[in-house]
Amino acid sequence: MSYDQPDERGHFGVYGGQFVAETLMGPLALLTEAYENARRDPAFQAELAADFKDYIGRPSPLYWARRLSAEVGGARIYLKREDLNHTGAHKVNNTIGQALLAKRMGKKRLIAETGAGQHGVATATVAARLGLSCAIYMGAEDIARQAPNVRRMRLLGAEVVSVTLGSRTLKDAMNEAMRDWATTVDDTFYVIGSVSGPHPYPMMVRDFQAVIGREARAQILEQEGRLPEALVACVGGGSNAMGLFYAFLEDRGVALYGVEAAGAGLDSGRHAAPLTTGAGRGVLHGTRSYLMFDGDGQISGTHSISAGLDYPGVGPEHAWLKDSGRAHYVAVDDKAALAAFHRLTRLEGILPALESSHALAYAEELAVKLGPKAAIVVNLSGRGDKDVETVAAHEGTVSCHG
Amino acid sequence: MSRLKTVFSKLKGRRCALIPFITGGDPAASVTAPLMHALVRAGADALEVGMPFSDPMADGPAIQMGHQRALAQGVTTQAVLQMVADFRRDDETTPVILMGYVNPVETMGYDVFARRSSEAGVDGVILVDLPPEEAQVWRAAASGVGLDTIFLLAPTTTRDRMARISAASSGFLYYVALKGVTGAGHLDIGEVEAKIASVRAVTGLPVGVGFGIRDAESAAQLAKVADAVIVGSAIVERIAQAAGPDEAVRNAAAFVRSLRSALPTREASPV
Repeated sequence: MSYDQPDERGHFGVYGGQFVAETLMGPLALLTEAYENARRDPAFQAELAADFKDYIGRPSPLYWARRLSAEVGGARIYLKREDLNHTGAHKVNNTIGQALLAKRMGKKRLIAETGAGQHGVATATVAARLGLSCAIYMGAEDIARQAPNVRRMRLLGAEVVSVTLGSRTLKDAMNEAMRDWATTVDDTFYVIGSVSGPHPYPMMVRDFQAVIGREARAQILEQEGRLPEALVACVGGGSNAMGLFYAFLEDRGVALYGVEAAGAGLDSGRHAAPLTTGAGRGVLHGTRSYLMFDGDGQISGTHSISAGLDYPGVGPEHAWLKDSGRAHYVAVDDKAALAAFHRLTRLEGILPALESSHALAYAEELAVKLGPKAAIVVNLSGRGDKDVETVAAHEGTVSCHG
Repeated sequence: MSRLKTVFSKLKGRRCALIPFITGGDPAASVTAPLMHALVRAGADALEVGMPFSDPMADGPAIQMGHQRALAQGVTTQAVLQMVADFRRDDETTPVILMGYVNPVETMGYDVFARRSSEAGVDGVILVDLPPEEAQVWRAAASGVGLDTIFLLAPTTTRDRMARISAASSGFLYYVALKGVTGAGHLDIGEVEAKIASVRAVTGLPVGVGFGIRDAESAAQLAKVADAVIVGSAIVERIAQAAGPDEAVRNAAAFVRSLRSALPTREASPV
């Protein structure tokens, strides 16, 4: 039987849906209709395919990390090089798609939330290219720890709005972007950066990101002559993981691993791992999913060294995949992610984003478990240039011997 | 007859109802019940009490800060229910409506929340981020204990949808007067008047209007076309600016009094 989630109102089993104030229900219905039309329109798909190729530089390579694999001493580790995309991460696959849709709907302005700044940069980039005005909401804490991306967004002509209420991270940026959208909905398109938010976003973002898995599946078949034993991707909201997993959902022999941020450790309470800990199920930012909250339903503060994973919720399709047993969710702490960051940098000459470093850390563990006959595909979802200062600050030194 | 029905039928054709909003536990848990009584004495016909939430996405800065002040003191959903119960001991007639977000309510459980609300003397509940499409379980729990489920209508709501929302609602319909968050400053009275006429075409329920009503003048204008005006941010701001709880109660009550005295009375039914 073929996989056919979500249902027409955006439910993945009991998850997903549309939990927003009434002001946004009409606009979400219009967006759903516009997206359904675009999805079936060969002209839209052709424009998207052309941009994927000539603007983003797709297909991104699937690279066998020989020295890393040898050092780890287990399965062959392949990296899906989303870090080589224009703007340096997988995020642009989705922002291109949504921006083309915005143009089609006659919108004049793009807004977005951002954590690490990668989605903000990717949105500011496509706004510049299409001549749309752009505002990016970013938590004050993230603005401080991702300064290079803030400068990039401003150079691209976007207004970067600092969000100082709440925990001053991604969740609060999303609150503020939703408030903006409720106010400006006539001429503004809200470019959500993850497979989260109200329907149709989780489905639409997945569809735009699914190019990652389609390519990876063809590439691994070509290079290995068979499918891999496992896929590994980091999960904050979960768009790069969903993008990698989607084309493999019916390949039952391929194990799927989503890697959340264990932050200072799952026992410390200072983490961002709602799926791994099986925290509660709740409603935030328009969707029902696994979510971190206290006994009164107040959303918990989270912690991760990586701003892009520092989010208390997760896309509803991941919740569905967890419950159905199709995907497995694990967590990697700050320290292990940093170690993986250094290992890839020194062994392969590739600086991974701290987000992707979580996936790498788990893939190394898994490679040993699966042994040398196995093959693993890791989504290297972004490059780590933006994290150089964070890494240095964390280690109290700029230079570091491996 | 429910308290809300009683109030609306008593005022029908005579005057628009005034419904002030405060956040439960702002500025302090012990102040809420006395503040509610003071607002009733100042002329409130019903009261709307916000249940604090960490991520109030539909609210502007004034009410966000109100929620944060309450949460900082450890105010919970259960604590707000207790505040209503405290108020109810000395006021059997004034309707109380809770307004909040769905996650704390789901966390308590729809049935438990509905039962405790009813026991505390709550009359109706607005869950901002729970549209009727996702509200089947909640509506069953609420109607089981006689709580009104009040849903929102917005400028972006289509006519078809208005009828569906009306069918899911009881007590009254809450028309959100502007595209935006609570307390915004771009209310267009003429547009709201026109929209309310189209709402009336699809509902027999009373129609309340809120979001962006910041002063006596706009309240008075909307009172000509609405069955209730709901004023929140402008009150919460006055509470925030006060030097202490006593002053907060005095300032909020004085403002509500000024709103009430501006509301026109009608000789005959205008409808």
